[in-house]
Amino acid sequence: MNDPHLLSLTVNGTEEEVVVEPRRTLADVLRHDLRLTGTHVGCEHGVCGACTVLVDDAPVRACLVFAVQAEGADVRTVESLDAGGQLSDLQQAFSDHHGLQCGFCTPGFLMLAEGVLAESPDADREEIREALSANLCRCTGYQTIVDAVHATACTRRSQEVPS
Amino acid sequence: MKPAAFTYHRAHDVADAVALLTDLAAAGEDPKVIAGGQSLMPMMNFRLARPTALVDLGPLRRVPSMTAIDVSDGVLTLGALVTHHAVETAALPREWAVLSRAMRWVGHLPIRSRGTVAGSLVHGDATAEWCLLALLLDAVVVAEGPSGRREIPADELFHGFYATAVDPDEVVVEVRFTRPAPHAALCEFARRHGDFAIVDAAVALDLSDSDSTIVTGGRVVLGGVAPAPVRVPEAEDALHGEAGDTLWTAVAEAAAAAIDPPEDEGTTAAYRRRLTRTLVADACREAAR
Repeated sequence: MNDPHLLSLTVNGTEEEVVVEPRRTLADVLRHDLRLTGTHVGCEHGVCGACTVLVDDAPVRACLVFAVQAEGADVRTVESLDAGGQLSDLQQAFSDHHGLQCGFCTPGFLMLAEGVLAESPDADREEIREALSANLCRCTGYQTIVDAVHATACTRRSQEVPS
Repeated sequence: MKPAAFTYHRAHDVADAVALLTDLAAAGEDPKVIAGGQSLMPMMNFRLARPTALVDLGPLRRVPSMTAIDVSDGVLTLGALVTHHAVETAALPREWAVLSRAMRWVGHLPIRSRGTVAGSLVHGDATAEWCLLALLLDAVVVAEGPSGRREIPADELFHGFYATAVDPDEVVVEVRFTRPAPHAALCEFARRHGDFAIVDAAVALDLSDSDSTIVTGGRVVLGGVAPAPVRVPEAEDALHGEAGDTLWTAVAEAAAAAIDPPEDEGTTAAYRRRLTRTLVADACREAAR
């Protein structure tokens, strides 16, 4: 029971076509077929959030989406954040605030934070804490991750050109 | 873990989905519907569920009625593919705002972004917020099967232990909420925010008029105290009198006395009863605000 399907989707702005077995999750296809190993896989049942990516701008668990369900979708992974080897503002804030130690959970936190800040640019510290509770980190104790995302939110707000 | 192998079938409309389910079952397969997949996929990844075929409702998001949120004549209708997050961010009138407020308890944002209202109801977890809200607000689930559409009222929906009245060859098309509740709240307790609740409580208060403090009745619904979510008539009977802590305590005591909660490794029956007492009073207080 192989039942291969031709899947077309956009990943980090590039149109991709992959032949996949239905049982392959989006995380599997990103890592194994497209070799985008920045997306990490922790628990594979939707608890840890390490595999969080953006699907059509919404943060989702890539282990809880079958790749075949992402037909036609616009997917963004952690590889989309850096610009020519330069850390993004959010990534730099994680470094500045010690928002990571081992770094395994970091890609998931970065993409979750990107999704949250895009939808709620005015999020305060408490709202950021609440949103970040979706993902697990076993190193930092979370305070520094909240610091990094909150600092990014504040910086982005101050740089916004008033309309 | 990885899920067991299955074949994948994209439905193009509701009739197509029903036909796929019927044909696959006739061919000896064990098909299952997938929408958001946020309950089914963890079960498949654990191999607690091993359907041999999945019928994906994802393409039906193009059908406007499947993602519509519509309020008219005292009825709120949610299309079957409306997500938790869509309800969370919808500007619902006061009669239905309890639904938006309750969404913060449903998993986390990435789960709410994909998970669907109808999927949660059909999954039938005894602590799922939507299952409690269905009983609280007299939901009617509209399901389409090979012999047409039928309406399943919430009080006939939940059979306990993840079993519901929706048949394997039926597809939910919409959920109607028919009991407006301007004074309602849902409260729950889990050891970590976003986990499945140990106990959750939903309360709707009927007031003699909208500015009144006289309670004339209402609903008390509990999750986590039985194999299915339950209304507690003993607690509802106590919902009469002047709004305030004296009344809330009496309602909470009546609820705690009426239930016979299960024991498991981590949680005693006495603890669930104590949570019930606290959460029912909290929900009454929040509903009265």
